[in-house]
Amino acid sequence: MKQRREGFRPATYVLFLAVTAAALVLCVCLGSVSLPLKDTLRTLVRAALGLAQDARSLAPSIVVPVRLPRVLCVAAVGAALSLCGAAMQGLLKNPLADGSTMGVSSGASLGAIIALAFGVSVPGLPFAGTTVLAILFAFGSLLLILGVAYRLDSSLSTNTIILLGVIFSMFASSVSSFIITFAGERVKTIMFWTLGSLQGSSYQNAAVLYVTLAVCGAILLAHGRELNAFAVGEDNARNIGVYVRRVKLTVLICVSVLIGVCVSVSGTIGFVGLVTPHMLRRLTGPNHRRLLPASVFGGAVFLMLADLLARTVLSPRELPIGVVTSFVGSIVFVYIFFRSRGR
Amino acid sequence: MSMLQVSDLSVSYGGSRILDGVSFSVEAGQWLMIIGPNGAGKTTVINAVSQGAPYTGTVLFEGTDVKTMKSRELARCVGVLTQNHYVGYGFTVEEVIRLGSYAHRPGLFEKGRDDSEARVADAVEKTGMERFLKQSVLTLSGGELQRAFLAQLFVQDPRMLLLDEPTNHLDLIYQKQVFALVRKWMDDTGGAVISVVHDLSLARAYGTHALLMKHGRTVDFGPIGDVMTPENINGVYGMDVYDWMRTMYGQWVQE
Repeated sequence: MKQRREGFRPATYVLFLAVTAAALVLCVCLGSVSLPLKDTLRTLVRAALGLAQDARSLAPSIVVPVRLPRVLCVAAVGAALSLCGAAMQGLLKNPLADGSTMGVSSGASLGAIIALAFGVSVPGLPFAGTTVLAILFAFGSLLLILGVAYRLDSSLSTNTIILLGVIFSMFASSVSSFIITFAGERVKTIMFWTLGSLQGSSYQNAAVLYVTLAVCGAILLAHGRELNAFAVGEDNARNIGVYVRRVKLTVLICVSVLIGVCVSVSGTIGFVGLVTPHMLRRLTGPNHRRLLPASVFGGAVFLMLADLLARTVLSPRELPIGVVTSFVGSIVFVYIFFRSRGR
Repeated sequence: MSMLQVSDLSVSYGGSRILDGVSFSVEAGQWLMIIGPNGAGKTTVINAVSQGAPYTGTVLFEGTDVKTMKSRELARCVGVLTQNHYVGYGFTVEEVIRLGSYAHRPGLFEKGRDDSEARVADAVEKTGMERFLKQSVLTLSGGELQRAFLAQLFVQDPRMLLLDEPTNHLDLIYQKQVFALVRKWMDDTGGAVISVVHDLSLARAYGTHALLMKHGRTVDFGPIGDVMTPENINGVYGMDVYDWMRTMYGQWVQE
């Protein structure tokens, strides 16, 4: 019997990279001021090689300091959220799970809202207080949820984790709402941030995102087989020899770190982690050896295009990216749901 | 040394004792039937032995405490087939069957090669799943799904099978197929089987030994003929089981 290759062939990865690169260039070209493709490419190549830019061209002043760091951040956030969604849907055997199911996303949001509302800043650190508090709260939420889950049920069962995650999300949201109520003139900033925004993203943000994605993403991708076993059934995973508790903890920690970093940079962006793996599962099948890498590239492309829409649809005004992802995502989700039911 | 030696096995959930000091042993080539009425703790024995439930007491596999074994090592010793399977996504039958090789794959930092390819072909052939391989498991009937998971278990290649009511909800054809496949596996490998069954006729037909349980305790354990006596069976079930069986099967003989 011939064994079917589980993962993608190298050529498929080349194709994914090409599509992602094309989407990146497109998103750098287009915006409130659209730039010619040739100028954009020349600027990107010169920036990559460290060469001096053409002073007569408009492109370098837009591409290098503004668009490129933003699009790079958008791509990383999309890739991370989508990867987290795919991993959580497999781990919890629940197609409605995503990175926020654990409650970590709400925890990170709470941290960031506290930083924005009270103007928390961390002296001596290159990143704003929002980033630091979001990551700290994401970790704190994870520890709290897992700690309580372990006290209730030492096997860390899926139902316990989902239930505690939902309850914690509600708690964190209510505290966030309470703070927003008394935030005074900062309300607008907070509200815009809670809907997700990557305005003003820097290369430092991008560096943090890509380093986190490289480490946590690699660990998640290495757990494709284990996630397949969980998606078939947790008991089955245990029976075939998966170290259930260790794998569960590893995946949850990686997802929490990724979500914490993403939320700190971009705010809460809904639906990417839920919808992108659903769309991709129709192409790749449920096997996580294909679904996880496809989610990385698919999530990056999806969010870059959503961000492009957010920047251009009401130009020069900009929509929060979360509005676009939730709007597009919900329509796509309903379409997929009806298609899968054969209607 | 017994293949499996279980001593003073006790399990409690939420303050209530589900298993209370159960002891038994299984040798290679034996098929132990765990029988008893509902709530006797039969499935809990399977869960505890396979490390799916916390317990006190000792479970030794060929002299090694299974609590000290790594997950993959345990899976190479003991394989479990449950009665219900709810697969979350539309994996192909082949993907589900191949998952059985997980315990034989070297870990990230381990040397060695996965040698399960021949076993996959053999398991697929034995269980008659060739024509279903590319099909989604979500489209299979209960019996076909059970055969797919049995094939996964054969790929896992454990030394002992733990079957928890493996033919529950299955029609007669599938019941016969599953039990015949397990018997053949025993004959081919010399392994041992422990199964929980409700059908006493199946227990009598396939078992070599029996563990009779009631209210989480052992009523009797030993060769099947010694355990499945009218006194034991009628006492445990609280009714004249033999008379009931004679009435039921007598109708077939008369016709």
